[in-house]
Amino acid sequence: MAIDQDTVMKVAHLARLHVSSEQSAALAGRLSDILNMVDELASADVDQIAPLAHPLDVSQPLRADIAEPADLRDRVLPLAAASEGGCFLVPRVIE
Amino acid sequence: MSLHQHTLTELKTLLDGGDISSRELTDYFLARIERFDGELNSFVTVTAEQARSEADAADVLRGKGEAGLLNGLPIAHKDIFCTNGVRTSCGSRMLDNFISPYDATVVKKMRAAGAVMLGKTNMDEFAMGSSNETSFYGPVKNPWDLSRVPGGSSGGSAAAVAARLAPAATGTDTGGSIRQPAALTGITGLKPTYGTVSRWGMIAFASSLDQAGPMAQSAADCALLLQSMVGHDDKDSTSLNRPVDNYLADLDKPLAGLTVGLPEEFFPASLDARIAELTRETARELERQGAKVVSVSLPSVKLSVPAYYVIAPAEASSNLSRFDGVRYGYRCQDPVDLMDLYKRSRSEGFGDEVQRRILVGTYALSHGYYDAYYLRAQKVRRLISDDFARAFEKADVILGPTSPEVAFPLGAKKDDPVTMYMADVFTIAVNLAGLPALSMPAGMIDGLPAGVQLVGNYFREGQILNVAHRYQQATDWHRQAPAFGGEQ
Repeated sequence: MAIDQDTVMKVAHLARLHVSSEQSAALAGRLSDILNMVDELASADVDQIAPLAHPLDVSQPLRADIAEPADLRDRVLPLAAASEGGCFLVPRVIE
Repeated sequence: MSLHQHTLTELKTLLDGGDISSRELTDYFLARIERFDGELNSFVTVTAEQARSEADAADVLRGKGEAGLLNGLPIAHKDIFCTNGVRTSCGSRMLDNFISPYDATVVKKMRAAGAVMLGKTNMDEFAMGSSNETSFYGPVKNPWDLSRVPGGSSGGSAAAVAARLAPAATGTDTGGSIRQPAALTGITGLKPTYGTVSRWGMIAFASSLDQAGPMAQSAADCALLLQSMVGHDDKDSTSLNRPVDNYLADLDKPLAGLTVGLPEEFFPASLDARIAELTRETARELERQGAKVVSVSLPSVKLSVPAYYVIAPAEASSNLSRFDGVRYGYRCQDPVDLMDLYKRSRSEGFGDEVQRRILVGTYALSHGYYDAYYLRAQKVRRLISDDFARAFEKADVILGPTSPEVAFPLGAKKDDPVTMYMADVFTIAVNLAGLPALSMPAGMIDGLPAGVQLVGNYFREGQILNVAHRYQQATDWHRQAPAFGGEQ
């Protein structure tokens, strides 16, 4: 399926990517190439087939629900571009 | 024979026999990296100081009689594995400044076994690529021909081992990222059964496909490395809880009674006749050793590339949503608001291919398209898995080419994603089915190495390592090294 520039801009917003209108034309072409290749999937007869999520069809094991100390703050906060008072800093959200 | 020409297994014998110390070995390989890696670009970070102190510690342990399986052996880690206190970039500008505060389970286990980390190897950005050209740190060169790619995404690990700058390295394989670069550089690499090696601390690309594995000169070396990498991990919810196999015990087992399946779909008319022939010659060698060769069919594998390019980007778009410019990684300058912070940090921090895959994945998962793309791809995934199950009723292992071609020139496919994706046409089905598979060198074409792939049934890593080891006892393709760097 070919996708147009408007769809590229819409999907880019959903994916939180900044795409300029100049870039969106080239991207629409590239993404259409990929989606055209992927469209081959339509040829498969899968009506009676169950989807496969885990290669070994195992369900997710659960571990014991025990709280572990997570004293990571001092090691993790220095990785952020901006932090203060034990919190991550971002541009003001609420006026 | 110079030290770098030895396999990891041989170096282990030298260490165990007291012929050399880990410090000497480590200094030797650090010197080779220093001398030769400028041309190859296979390392993103060299941890020389840390390596020397780990080597000294390994020598002390050995003196006390407490040497682990990999004690004192220098290895390199793909820069996708988190390493405590060491930059972990994943080949991306997004993580260029990221110093991991913890070790991946693979790193921790190999360190516990005594391995010495030489450094972190270059890779396609977030493991998305088949040529190592999407790395923020520039392409890796193939040591067999510096104008060609080493394959990807574990291209740095492959090139470093092929050029003998490291005796072994770790890699990860989501659609062929261990096996294809192993084939293109003439080394041996193994992708284990999904769930065998913990994914904790391995930066996620497509969680239902990603597996870590070893890359080295020989199957015996891969067995040694794999032994120290596997095991259940509570921290990875997809890690399987089953007893650890012994991969070293059956390496020498004779092949009499083994049935090798050749899938007709892995020999399309369009395949390079020389690659088809060396794959068939590999089958003949296994026959000479007592194996029986039969034809098998995998009719749905033709849909593996399209299914993969829905599933992998969909999972990647979800996994990579964590890179938001807030908690770690790249943040854009002077964001006007939170949305601007997210969008510009991500579009400036991620390269083109990563952004393309995020967009494809977001599209495939978006309202109205989920059934047509993701759900359908997951159903096709079962068809592919069922094909393999039927083939394994007739054969113990499946043999085919690893890659449809030998190493291609740098830049040849860089601007054509769909053509690049076809580089993994023979490897992707294995990830979709979650099976173990190994690539080993099996011939040369125009002075470049070519590889073949052995696929095993679930948990049969030991069996494919055994077949590869027997093959390598009778042939010397795995001992061929590039002229790069010369004898010394």
